[in-house]
Formats: sequence, structure tokens, C-alpha cells
Amino acid sequence: MNTANQYLKTIYLVQEIEDGPASTGAIAEMLDVSPASANEMVGKLEAKELCAHEKYKGVELTDEGILRARDALQNYCIIERFLYGVLDVEEFRAEAKQLEPVIDETVAERLDTIIDREPQCPDCFHAEADACALLETDAD
Amino acid sequence: MSLQSPVGSDHQLARLLQIGIVLEEVVEARAVKHTEAGSLDEEVRALLEDASAESADHRSQLDALVDELNAETIPFDEIQSLVETQYESDDEFDGVLYDQLCNEETAYKFYDDLIEAIEHSDAEFSIDRDRLLAVLREIRAAEEAGVEEVTRLMERRE
Repeated sequence: MNTANQYLKTIYLVQEIEDGPASTGAIAEMLDVSPASANEMVGKLEAKELCAHEKYKGVELTDEGILRARDALQNYCIIERFLYGVLDVEEFRAEAKQLEPVIDETVAERLDTIIDREPQCPDCFHAEADACALLETDAD
Repeated sequence: MSLQSPVGSDHQLARLLQIGIVLEEVVEARAVKHTEAGSLDEEVRALLEDASAESADHRSQLDALVDELNAETIPFDEIQSLVETQYESDDEFDGVLYDQLCNEETAYKFYDDLIEAIEHSDAEFSIDRDRLLAVLREIRAAEEAGVEEVTRLMERRE
């Protein structure tokens, strides 16, 4: 997954948490980057019509941005479940975050063939916990 | 969530190589499943057998790299049995050649992204970086050749 997709996924989750536009501060915090970096990437995504940024209000994904964000979120869920269910990784959440930039959607689709994923994915993703709520239940 | 480097340590590198091993295992499992299903002509059967042998070879090269890293990994036979179990219950395959094309393309994309990530990482691994990259580039080239071979075969049959 490339950096742009990671941003789209983050904006999607922050919008869910804030139940409205996502502030660039919250986006930067979730991605652990500087607000300046977040602003720069939001500008690039806006130029591609994947989001709209209104000063003092925040960032909102366009329909196309939402589609891409949900795909990115689904890829992330696949990586989490693969690490947990196939490779038996204890710290699967932390490792999924590290690995997601290098696992492309075509690769994730292949990994998806050997894991059991819930049909409602990615709607089962818990934005505030930054993790799949159903997988948490399995693990706990 | 953060934008840290995906290959910043032996551990992370080992994990990515392990994913490569699983992808190769999936190729083998699918090829075996197709071959066992029968009704394949000689040309397609030979292609699948070659692909399966090549994947086994790639898997063993990746496994050797993982062994040299300072990282804990799980035994491969556990992964193997899991993949086999999954494919025993899965009868929904697309066309054989199309499936094989997806296999080769997916593997190529994975190694391409992995090589790029290693090239952009300044981490020091306990394995020689040049040798690591040489092995991965060789495997990537084989996957690229595989994509071309399947594509040619598909075109001849159109």
C-alpha cells in the first residue's frame, strides 16, 4: 500500500471518530507525522479530487476517496488476519502497521485466499481502537 | 498507524520473506490442485509442473535467507499444512491459465515492492544487503519471465 492510500485510510477513520470532517492535526497524530507533512499530502490528495479540504473545518473524502480508503482498510484487515491466523504473530497489529506499505492489494488478495475474513469487512473495523473489532474478540 | 519504514530490522525483513514463502506455497498448492483435477493438455500440465518446481526453488532460497537472519520464525510445515487444508476445501478456481497468470503477477509485484522497500531502507541487516538484493532480483526476473510465458500461451490459444 502506498503512502497516499495510508492517508486516505487515516482520513476515513478520523472522519468516523470525529463524525464529520477530519482535522489535519488528528490525521498527523494518527500517522505519527508532522502537521506540515499531513497538510502537504492532503493538498496532493485534494488535487487528485480524492478529498476536499476546507480551512478551519477539516478534510472530507470524496466518493472516489472513500472507495480507495475502504479498499486500503480491507487490505490492512487482510494483513492483520494473515499475521494472526497464518503466521501466528503475537504482535500482529504492530506488525501489520509496519508491513502495510509494502503489501500491495494484488498481494493482499492472494493472502486473502488462505484466511477466514468476515463478510462485513471492512465495516467491522473499529476506528478508535484502530483494529478489527471481530479479530479482537477472537484474540481475547 | 505510522509511516515508518517497513523493512527497518532483521525481524521485519524476515517477516516479509516469510510472506514470500507463503505466496510461493500458494502457487504450489494451486498448481497441484489444478493438475489433480485432470483434463489438462500436455502443454498446460508442463507449465504448471514447471511453475510448481520453480516455486519450490524460490521457497527454498527465501528460507535460506530467513535462516541467516537474527529473527524468530514459525516452522514452515505449519504454514504448509494450513495452505493445503485451505485449498482442499476450495473448489472455486478461475481458469487454469488465468489463475497461473495471477500467481506470477502477484509474486512479481510482491518482490518488486520488497526490493524497492529494501533499496529505500538504510537499516543494517545481519545478511549482506547486496547478496539479499541479488537473490530477490533473480527471483523477480523469474516471475517476470513466468508472466510472459503464460501470456504467450494464452495468446496462442485465443
